Amino acid sequence: MKLSRKFLNDYIDTNNYSDSDLAEAMTMIGNEYESIEKISSATNIVIGYIREIADHPDSDHLHVCQVEIKPGEVVQIVCGAPNVDKGQKVLVSLPGAVLPGNIEIKKGVIRGQESNGMICSLSELGIGTKYQSEEDKAGIHILDDDAPIGEDGIAYLEYDDTTIDFDLTANRGDLLSVIGMAYEIGAITGKKVKLPNDEIKREVDDIKDYVTVDVKTDKCPLYLARAVKDLQIMDSPNWLKARLIASGIRPINNVVDISNYVMLEYGQPLHFFDHRTLGNKIVVRQAIDGEKIVTLDGQERILSEKDIVIANDEGPVCLAGVMGGLNSEVEADTQEIIIESAIFNSANIRRTANKILRSEASSRFEKGIDPHRTYMAIDRACQLLEKYAHGTVVKGIQKYDTCKYEDNVIAITLHDVNSLLGIEFTEKEVLDTFERLSFEVKKDGDKYLVKVPSHRLDIHIKEDLIEEIGRIQGIDKLPSTLPIMANVPGHYESKYYFNKQIRNRLAALGLYQVRCYTLTDEESLNRFSNDKRDAIVLASPMSEDKKYLRTGLLPSLLSVANYNLARKNNDVMIFEDSDVYYLEEGKTTQKSLIAGMMFGTYETNEWMHEKIDINFYTVKGVLENLFEYLGFSNRYHFDTIDIPKDFHPYQTARITIDRDPIGYVGAVHPTISKNKIYAFELDLDKLFAVKVRAVKNKEISKYPSIVKDMSFVLDRDIIVYDVCETIKKACGRLLENIEIFDYYVGENIGNDKKSIAFKLTFMDSNKTLNDDEVMTLFNKTITEVTKKHNGVLRDK
Amino acid sequence: MKEKQEMIKKELEKDLKLVKTTNDLNELKVRYLGKKGIITELTKNMNELSIEEKKEIGRLSNELRGELAEKISELENELHAKELNEKLVNEKIDVTMPSTKLSVGCMHPLTRISDELEELFISMGYDVVSGPEVEIDKYNFEMLNLPKDHPARDAQDSFYITDEELLRTQTSAVQVRSMLKNQEKKPFKIVCPGKTYRRDADDATHSHQFMQMEGLVVDENITLADLKGTLEEMAHRMFGNERKVRFRPSFFPFTEPSYEVDVSCMKCGGAGCNVCKGTGWIEVLGSGMVHPNVLNVCGFDANKYSGFAFGVGIERIAMLKYGINDIRDFYTNDLRFLKNYNRVEGGDK
Repeated sequence: MKLSRKFLNDYIDTNNYSDSDLAEAMTMIGNEYESIEKISSATNIVIGYIREIADHPDSDHLHVCQVEIKPGEVVQIVCGAPNVDKGQKVLVSLPGAVLPGNIEIKKGVIRGQESNGMICSLSELGIGTKYQSEEDKAGIHILDDDAPIGEDGIAYLEYDDTTIDFDLTANRGDLLSVIGMAYEIGAITGKKVKLPNDEIKREVDDIKDYVTVDVKTDKCPLYLARAVKDLQIMDSPNWLKARLIASGIRPINNVVDISNYVMLEYGQPLHFFDHRTLGNKIVVRQAIDGEKIVTLDGQERILSEKDIVIANDEGPVCLAGVMGGLNSEVEADTQEIIIESAIFNSANIRRTANKILRSEASSRFEKGIDPHRTYMAIDRACQLLEKYAHGTVVKGIQKYDTCKYEDNVIAITLHDVNSLLGIEFTEKEVLDTFERLSFEVKKDGDKYLVKVPSHRLDIHIKEDLIEEIGRIQGIDKLPSTLPIMANVPGHYESKYYFNKQIRNRLAALGLYQVRCYTLTDEESLNRFSNDKRDAIVLASPMSEDKKYLRTGLLPSLLSVANYNLARKNNDVMIFEDSDVYYLEEGKTTQKSLIAGMMFGTYETNEWMHEKIDINFYTVKGVLENLFEYLGFSNRYHFDTIDIPKDFHPYQTARITIDRDPIGYVGAVHPTISKNKIYAFELDLDKLFAVKVRAVKNKEISKYPSIVKDMSFVLDRDIIVYDVCETIKKACGRLLENIEIFDYYVGENIGNDKKSIAFKLTFMDSNKTLNDDEVMTLFNKTITEVTKKHNGVLRDK
Repeated sequence: MKEKQEMIKKELEKDLKLVKTTNDLNELKVRYLGKKGIITELTKNMNELSIEEKKEIGRLSNELRGELAEKISELENELHAKELNEKLVNEKIDVTMPSTKLSVGCMHPLTRISDELEELFISMGYDVVSGPEVEIDKYNFEMLNLPKDHPARDAQDSFYITDEELLRTQTSAVQVRSMLKNQEKKPFKIVCPGKTYRRDADDATHSHQFMQMEGLVVDENITLADLKGTLEEMAHRMFGNERKVRFRPSFFPFTEPSYEVDVSCMKCGGAGCNVCKGTGWIEVLGSGMVHPNVLNVCGFDANKYSGFAFGVGIERIAMLKYGINDIRDFYTNDLRFLKNYNRVEGGDK
């Protein structure tokens, strides 16, 4: 809401407040301001009269003007405007003037001709072109003939004004009016509001002969219509134009300007119909699905039954509360108008406006209107039309009114106030607040019965009144306390904490946590996709690349990896933990995932030629470390079943815990990334569900262990896990550990063979093992491996 | 005999001076003290001597042996020390050569901020809870006193999935869930960190996805002063103990009264600078006393209970605390950016 100081001062005296003091004071009672701007910052502008004009001898477009800038004082000014002419009253910036943009006007010589200032256009005064007429945009501004020579031009045009632009909260529809603002500011200054005089001098005829009103929808609780005839359409007076410009609205002509002026004054949007095209009948109804109307901006709008229209016998003439119809518009030769002042259902207006156009009118209807103001505004419009458009007001008013006019009285006690705020306000302070806000108060025992004025549609309950007290009195004295409550220790939701532990472990293992967007495009959605997850799509996405909710984390991580690799961040070790959402049998399903990507060098010391490059086994190591940390020892397993797409088919493993698949680890398929990136994705929900035993101390064995090595030549396809299982089975409980310490493939053992060397550690926690015992197990193992896996023992 | 003794001693002194290595020394040891060594030679051919003389020579030669052994061992120690030192010198390394690079990652800065806040609130007895990002309109808006077509919904332009489902625009939805779940109407304190979404075009200060942390306390006799005290704790924790907190009236449909909360500027301390745009204050969050309608629809009798709620933007806190200028940096995940957050800030919290 752009508030003009001059406009405001018509209703309340704020002369003691500077622009910034007023803006700050409003901010501290909850009405934040965004900017403070002068309508025109130009200085030293006077009204001049062009006595003589001649063409410039050395130019085909410049003119040499003799301008009277003070009664009797004539100076020469060179002017290039195409519309400059003898006998005009114009705006002259004299030497020493500073125009917006810090342009200083000096005496000068233009192509040999002396020039003592500049004849100005409105743009040069800083008036935006959107407020200017076509003539003004094309050249200098020409003033009325009666403009007094030598006087201050800015003051004459009433541009000596400042606009404070407020960013209002959604509950304060009443502040979308200058009078509403005056009440609010009155609460700061303690001054009273004086309302405009809306007395109409003369009324003729009878409204019944001009128009009838038939409201056929419950979405219009109040509809008023009056008529004004004999209008003369012309330019508005300067003060009216300036008020509109300061309020952000373009002046058009006196009649249209008055409708906007009254809207700004009372917050009640009005609509003026040309009586000729409207006819004698107004019907307010909901639109028929598919019904059409051409609005004032020339666009054809297709309506639905949720839109409200004003119609005559032929069809809609106005899209209620949003925009008028082109067919009943006030035109240059309009003489009779029907004025509409009404209230429409805010939800309907909001929906229509969102669909079609947000306007000054719709934003006010959306936030609600005090019906008292509906009446005040229509009379005010009549009065202004009588005064500034030579109108004759028709007697009477057509009205349809279903509003309830009950007093809004709220009971509140001092205790209510102080127990919610935790501050000790006195009765005096409470009563002072209500006085300032023009709320009437009656005392009933320890209760105050507060009558809220009808324009404060935002106040319903005592907490609203408490807010008013806090707002107006200020809560600078508010003490700082902590809630006094039963002392209960705080805790994390257990899955949340579990996730945190995993995060911390992965970071300790070298991975950086990243955070990516949930919304994604179709191409990413299909990467690494799990067909069982049916993506959720937004009803109306902002763009194609943010259309779906991602169903997995790997596509996001791949983008992050590629981004970093492109910027020479060559070692990429990242993970993300996030929930994903998708449809399962049509129902929204939530799943928690943890995924990671690793590429580059895990550990290095270049000058020592020590380097661990990331490969499948590094990433597997990270995961096994994590699983051990989570207490899943001996329960996880890597196999090659059901490898998802976009992974390398022969360098990827499915991971199971207690035989339940919980994720994947492997190389990204070379068609997806030319870099050998390794990736994993784990189902956090499943990890969380695994039951783990509490940590128990394990006694360190007092007895020595015995280590034996054996190595086998095996077929390439034999899975080492299976061999280890055979070894474990053969050795039984005395086997403490198996390590693989050598792996060899080469021609000398045959191309389809591999050699694997195992280091077995035997131990008995109850006694010292003897060699015979171990040898028996060792030989049994050799026999079993030979038999089961067709292994050949290499020389010991 | 005595003369011989002196002579041997002198000779030894001379020989010791020639010793350079432990090998030399060992040789010398054998030569003097060995089975066929000089000392042993002394006691040979004593058959002609009397018992007295034998005794005397035995005593003297033992004395001599002891003396020589001591001298030799002295040198031996010296030599060992010298040789060890030589060995150590040879093992000298340049400690300024680069170390081995070990990989250690860290939390994303938004997680880091969230973690810090969680720890603080846990220490004050709050539970940390979470809620779904795909939320129903009823919890995200309606039960928070924001009926359909309420103009205040404009401030939170939403990503709808269906008419009833959307990406939550605020973690406040968890307020409703927590109260509904609390069947016994036990007083409670919660914070809820999480992702939220609004239909904003991404630029340096706007992000269609961002993180919030919601706080909610409900009990009998909770006051606005309690909210102020709580938020001061938070401001101190995040921005230092000198920070002041100021309430500015505002409007949120689910709180009444509602306040925007400003913290005294962390850069200039309140004097006015470019960070606070000369005001000395920086807006950090929205808050207020839970609206009675919200308490009532969630099953808490507003005549008996009161509560406060606040919602803080994690990105905003991180940007202020760490001096980050572009909100998109959080979601670009450039490792050079993330590595800034791979360290602690001292132990004093």
